Amino acid sequence: MNASIEKQRHLIDFTLASLARRKTKNLGLLLVYTLLVFVLASVSLYTHALRQEAARVLERSPEIILQRMVAGRHDLIPPGYLERIGRIRGVQTIEGRLWGYYYDPVVKANYTFMAPAAEAVRPGTLTVGPAVARSRGLAPGNTISFRAYSGKLFAFTVAGVLPHASELVSADLVLMGEADFRAFFDYPAGHHTDIALSVANPLEVRTVAAKLAAALPDSRPILREEVLRTYASVFDWREGIVLALLSAAIFAFAILAWEKASGLSAEEKREIGILKAIGWETGDVIKMKLWEGGLVSLTAFLAGFVAAYLQVFRLGAPLFEPVLKGWAVLYPRFELVPAIDGLQVATLFFFTVFPYMAAVLVPIWRTAITDPDSAMRS
Amino acid sequence: MPLDGPALGRPGGGAMIELKAIRKAFNQGRPNEFWALNGIDLTIEAKKVTAFQGPSGSGKTTLLTIVGCLARPTSGRVRLAEDDISGLPERFLTGIRRSTFGFVFQQFNLVKGLSALENVMLPAFPTGRPHRELRSHAESLLDRLKLAHRREARVEWLSGGEQQRVAIARALVNDPQVLIADEPTANLDTALSREFMGILESLNAEGRTVILTSHDPLVVESAAVHRVVSMRDGQLVEN
Repeated sequence: MNASIEKQRHLIDFTLASLARRKTKNLGLLLVYTLLVFVLASVSLYTHALRQEAARVLERSPEIILQRMVAGRHDLIPPGYLERIGRIRGVQTIEGRLWGYYYDPVVKANYTFMAPAAEAVRPGTLTVGPAVARSRGLAPGNTISFRAYSGKLFAFTVAGVLPHASELVSADLVLMGEADFRAFFDYPAGHHTDIALSVANPLEVRTVAAKLAAALPDSRPILREEVLRTYASVFDWREGIVLALLSAAIFAFAILAWEKASGLSAEEKREIGILKAIGWETGDVIKMKLWEGGLVSLTAFLAGFVAAYLQVFRLGAPLFEPVLKGWAVLYPRFELVPAIDGLQVATLFFFTVFPYMAAVLVPIWRTAITDPDSAMRS
Repeated sequence: MPLDGPALGRPGGGAMIELKAIRKAFNQGRPNEFWALNGIDLTIEAKKVTAFQGPSGSGKTTLLTIVGCLARPTSGRVRLAEDDISGLPERFLTGIRRSTFGFVFQQFNLVKGLSALENVMLPAFPTGRPHRELRSHAESLLDRLKLAHRREARVEWLSGGEQQRVAIARALVNDPQVLIADEPTANLDTALSREFMGILESLNAEGRTVILTSHDPLVVESAAVHRVVSMRDGQLVEN
């Protein structure tokens, strides 16, 4: 037992000495390989964290949103709809929501205007999202005016700025009182944009949705789980797009790494011949190369993964943010909560470390089984 | 039949290696088939110095690779200390090679980039011998060959004579019974060749069997060599 540990120690010593002897080749390989892991890990960590973030934010959103449809397009909810829903069993709260989009020509960005039912915003005041506050340089107490689609100019006082924590969904939000909202958009009295329903029992959500669709055939219930799924597929799609765009570079790196790892120089082949001639078994040579491949690939994996982690969670993913987060004039500014998925790490490990080990081992195995008398003839 | 190397490699004396009807072909079955050895019957005595001589292409080195378990004969039998080793699988041959034979190659075949000491220790790595013990043994070998002061130097910085002494120390690190040297003086001047023969004599005096190939009269005519075996065209000319 001790002899076998001692043998492994000798093999590791020799491996380290070998790595040091071919410094340029090995450092280059390590760099390329680390970069490869870094890119893949960055994309994967970032999209996973975004999905988690979206799920966390949507946790507080209503289970069902009901939209009225006219000719397949989203239309206003007319008066009387709220009362008709109230009679469906299982529905805990019901709320008619008022929201709409406003294009601000000053910063060439779209804002989401909303009149929240839960918190009263005093007439003539606004609460703005962090990105709106940033882009227009607003602070509580400032006055801001918007020209409505009707052409009339409205002036508001900023009452507050929404907290930073919810920025992913509140970046472009402008909250105002119901009367102000209706006046600003010339919104007909009693009408709502859509209806939010909360259902206490998650098992009842689909039943309630079915009942809603039957009771209000011109309306479309949208479930929270569907929104979550849509977000997930949007981020998955973006991840796919980024990987597709990067695939050429990734392939080039992978081929380079493969070539570097698998290409045995005449010197290395000669060395293997010498080692076999002086009493190393084929298995010893392969073990030594396994240590070598393992050290290089694990170092690269760890370095690449840690660098990707720091890039995504400490520096805010400056390299991939514009593509992965989506497109908007007002980018939300938020810090992702570090989220690592074990399966994701395992997949990345499998697809980076294993091909490398194979790349190292195949040519070594071929060389290591050659007759040791080649050393005598070199 | 015992299969482990050390048991095979410790004969008491007398016939150490017996070769019977040894033939060795390269590229067998192809148009460029070539028979390097063509029916060799030879007994190599233990604790003696035996030299193979002959022109280039006579089969000296091929014979040495078969004696040293570096290659298997195409046909014929090799007996090492009474045991037939011709049919042993590669793994067992490696074990025998490691424990019974030490090799000094013509081009020395040291591993570049490693120090003299590291090169000497290399053959013992697969044995799992404790590092400290191995290192001190390797140092004592280098010391004995007057190379202690060069032990940390990378082998490519050493002179030809020094490189050969490192190769000898490496060949001795597993304490083999047989030292095999292929054209050991081919790259040495007269003074260094004489020095090598001196080392060889002292190793033989310790009871080691030495088998070597050479064209060099300084080697084959040396008093240190007990027997010269001449070869031509893959056969023994005189025994």
